[in-house]
Amino acid sequence: MKKVSVIIDNQKIIANEGENFLQIAIDQGIEIPHFCYHEDLPVEARCRTCLVEILPDKKIVTSCTLKAVSGMEIRTKSEKLSRLRKENMELLLSNHRENCPNCQNKLYCPVGEKIKEFRLKLKYRSERINKPIHKMATAAEIDPNACIACNNCVLMCQRIGVGFLKLEGHGSQVHATYKKDPEVDCIYCGQCTAHCPVNAAREQSQIAEVEKALKDKNKIVIAQAAPSIRTTIGEGFDRPSGENLTGEMYTAMRRLGFDYIFDVNMGADITTVVEAKELAKRLKGSGKLPMFTSCCPGWVKFVEFYHPELIGNLTTARSPQIHSGGAYKSWWAEKMKIDPKKIIVVSIMPCTSKKYEANNRDLFIGKLKPVDFVLTTREFITLLKKHDIDLPKLEESEVDQFGEYSGAGAIYGASGGVMESALRSAYFNITGQELDRVEFSAVRGMKGVKRAEVDFGGRKIKVAVAATVANAKILISEIKKNPNAYDYIEVMACPGGCIGGGGQPVSGTNRIIEKRIEGLYKIDGQMKIRKAHQNPIVKDYFENYIKNISPKKSNQLLYRKYKKKNKFY
Amino acid sequence: MPDLLEKIKTAGLVGRGGAEFPTVAKWQSVGASSDIDKYLICNASEGEIGLFKDIFILENYPEQVIDGMAQAMGYLKIKVAYFNINKKYYQRVGRLLKKICYKYRKNGFEFRFFIEEPSYIGGEETAILNSIQGLRVEPRLKPPFPTEHGLFNQPTLIHNVETLFNISLVNDDLFENRRFYCLSGEIPNPGVFNFPADWSIKKVLKESKNWPDFEFFVQIGGSASGPVLNSGQLKQRVSGAGSIEVYPKNISQKILFLRWLKFFKEESCGQCVPCREGSFQLYRLVKNCQKIDKDQILAICEVVRESSFCALGKSISIPIESYYKNIIQIR
Repeated sequence: MKKVSVIIDNQKIIANEGENFLQIAIDQGIEIPHFCYHEDLPVEARCRTCLVEILPDKKIVTSCTLKAVSGMEIRTKSEKLSRLRKENMELLLSNHRENCPNCQNKLYCPVGEKIKEFRLKLKYRSERINKPIHKMATAAEIDPNACIACNNCVLMCQRIGVGFLKLEGHGSQVHATYKKDPEVDCIYCGQCTAHCPVNAAREQSQIAEVEKALKDKNKIVIAQAAPSIRTTIGEGFDRPSGENLTGEMYTAMRRLGFDYIFDVNMGADITTVVEAKELAKRLKGSGKLPMFTSCCPGWVKFVEFYHPELIGNLTTARSPQIHSGGAYKSWWAEKMKIDPKKIIVVSIMPCTSKKYEANNRDLFIGKLKPVDFVLTTREFITLLKKHDIDLPKLEESEVDQFGEYSGAGAIYGASGGVMESALRSAYFNITGQELDRVEFSAVRGMKGVKRAEVDFGGRKIKVAVAATVANAKILISEIKKNPNAYDYIEVMACPGGCIGGGGQPVSGTNRIIEKRIEGLYKIDGQMKIRKAHQNPIVKDYFENYIKNISPKKSNQLLYRKYKKKNKFY
Repeated sequence: MPDLLEKIKTAGLVGRGGAEFPTVAKWQSVGASSDIDKYLICNASEGEIGLFKDIFILENYPEQVIDGMAQAMGYLKIKVAYFNINKKYYQRVGRLLKKICYKYRKNGFEFRFFIEEPSYIGGEETAILNSIQGLRVEPRLKPPFPTEHGLFNQPTLIHNVETLFNISLVNDDLFENRRFYCLSGEIPNPGVFNFPADWSIKKVLKESKNWPDFEFFVQIGGSASGPVLNSGQLKQRVSGAGSIEVYPKNISQKILFLRWLKFFKEESCGQCVPCREGSFQLYRLVKNCQKIDKDQILAICEVVRESSFCALGKSISIPIESYYKNIIQIR
C-alpha cells in the first residue's frame, strides 16, 4: 500500500494512502471522540462526534470519512471543535440519563467515562420510543429507548451472516429492532451486544441470580470458566488484550465466594474425546460426512433454523459447558456424596448463546440442568467491580482438582481450536498411535475459512474451519455441490471463534482478537498434557464412571439430539 | 449541427431540484459508453413544503419531460429509466405518464415506476438509490457519486422533473432560461408561474400580481429549508428550488419556527445525530417555552449546520439563522 505523509496537529505522520484520519489518529494515540466507528465495519459516519478541521480552510468534517491524501493537514483540537463535539454528544446521549439507573454496566461503562471526560451535562431529554425491550430467547435483549442508532449491531449481524437486525423509524424515533420476516431469525450469538457502545443491546443479565446463589448457605456453587475468558478478562481492567490471567481469575472466583473452582476446559476435553471417537466411527462408514462440530450453540441454532437438512451432520457430542456441568452434577456429586439438587453450576462464557443453551431442555439430564447460570465475560467483570475485586492485582491460584485440563481444551476458544483438539485425539483413535507434532497451523489464525488436508496414517482427512456463519455458508454451498468435499468441519458463529464472542468485552476488533488468540496458544504451548484423551481427570471419568453406568445415563451425559427450530425458539 | 451535450453546455443548464449543479458535468461523468449498464432517474419526489412545480409540469408537459428522458437515454446509451415518483403524484399522473412511455418501447427504452411514500429525504438523490434498491431510505456517503456508482452500483443520472423538461427544450432549440416559480403564502394569486430565471424576487411577485400591500418578508427556495429575506433584499433572483412564500411581517415567531421544525423533526430520516436529535430538541425548545432562547437555538443550529450528514440536514439551520439575521435585527 502506498504511503503518504500527512500532518495532524503540526505533527508529520506517515499513513497509508486512503486510510481514514480517525484510524490514523487512533493508531497514533491521538484522542478523537467517536461512538459509531469500528475498524472492521463499513464507515457510516452517523454519530458525527469525530469532527476535525482541514487546514488551511478550517473546514469541519468527520475524521472517519476523511481519507489520507499526501500533504493533507488537519487539526483535532480547537475551541470550535470542542464545542461542536460536545453539543453532538449531548444530543447523542439525550436518552442516556433515563436509561442509566437500570444499566448493569454502571461499573464498567464506556459512556459513563465519556460523560465524565467531556463534562457532559446531559441537558437534553429525548423523545420516548414506545416499544418494548425485545428479548432474543434467554440470550440477549435490545432496548429501543437506550439505542443511539449507531447501526453497529445491524452491521455486525450482517457480517456474522444472519441479518436479523435492522434500524426502524424516523427522526428521533429511529432505533434498532429485528426483522419480522418468518424466514429470518436470531442465532443468539450476541455480536450486537459486543458492539453496542451504549449497552442498548446487552446480555440478559444473571448477575442477581448468581449473587443470590453465592449467598445461599444450602447451595454448593461451582464456577467454571470457558477457555477464552482468561485472555480477554484483563481488558475490563485496562490490561492488554491476550494477557493470560488464569490464576488471578481462579483467585477472584474464590474471593466472590464460589465453593469449587472447576473449568470448562475440562469439559472441552470430554467433548474432544466424545467427538473424536464419533469422527473415527463416521470415517469408518457409520454416519454422515462431513461431520460438523456443535459446541457453538449459535451455529447449532443456525443449522436447526436455516438448514435442518444438515442436522444429521452435526456431531452428537454435547458442548463443553454441558459436558462438564453434567459430570459435576453426577460423577463428582456421587464422589462427594452431595445431592445434585444442591449444586449450582455457574459458567463464565464469552457468549450470550450459552445462556440460551443452558436453558435448552434438550440438554437437561432428566430434570437437572447441567448448567444453572451463565455469565458473560462482561457480566463477570461487572460482578468483580461491584465487589471491589481488582483482578490483575490478585495472587495466582490453581484450579481445583476436578477442573484440570489439557492444552487441547485451552485452545477451544480460538477458531480452529476444536478441530485441532479433535485431530490430536482422532489421530490416536484411528491410527492407534500418538501424534508427536500436535500443532496444526493450517487451521489456526483469523482467516474466515481455513481448509487443510491431514494425513491419518495414509488416509487423507479433508477438514475445513469457518468463523462466522457467513463463512459457514460458503462451506455449505461447497458441500451441496460436492458432498465429499470435506470429512470434518468446525464452525463458530463469531469472528475468530469464542475469543471474539458476543459476551466478550466491547468492542473487539480483528486486531484485538488476534492478540487474545496468541494468549490462548501460549497456554497450550506451556501445557505438559496437550491431548484431551490424556487428561487424567477425563480418563478417570470415562474409565471409572461412564463405563459403569447404564447406557441410558451415559447417553444423557455425553450425547444430544437436534430438532428443526422455529422463529424465536 | 451541435450535438446535445454541446447545446446543454451552451445553454448553461443547471439542475432545478435545488442544488443548481451543472447538467453538463453530470452527463460527462456518466459518460456515453455503451459497455456498462447505466440508469436514469427522474426525481419526482418534491417532498418539501412550498414546492409544487414538479406536479404542475408533469400534469401540463408530460411529453416534454419524457422526451427529455429519452434524449438523455439516447445520448448516454442508457436503457432503463426510473420515475422516483411521490405516491400522491402517481395517483394524479401515473396513467398519463405510462401511456406516453409506452410509445418509447420501440426505441428500446424501458421505463419503470418506483412509487415513493411521500417524504422529504426521499428526494435526496442518494436516498432515492437506497429506496429503489429496497434499502433503508437514508442518504449514502459521497463520494462515490451516483454518476459513478449509483443505482445497483452502476453509473446513474438523476435529474429533477424540471431539468428533464429543460433538456427537451434545449434539444428542440426552444430553451430560453426560464424557470417555474411556486408562489404561496399570504398572496392573492398563488400558483405556479413560468418566468425568466434571472428575474428578481420583486419582479416575480409584481408580474404575477402578488406584490403584497402589507409589510412582509419572504422565504425562497423551499418553505422549510430556504432562506428568509426581508423586503429590502428582493433584488436578487430566486436561488435553489423555485419557490417564494410570502409571510406577513407580524407573523408569530413561534408559529413560524414550529412550522419549520415540525416538518424537520418529522422528516429527518434519523441517520445522523445532529439532524435527528437536533431537529427534535429545537422543536421541543420552541414548543415548550414562554420566550424563545435564541442562544440555545443557535447553538444547536451551529452543530446541525456544521456536522449533519447530508445537505438536507445542514439546511435545517438556514431558515432560523436567516430569520434572526434578516428579520429580527431590522425589526
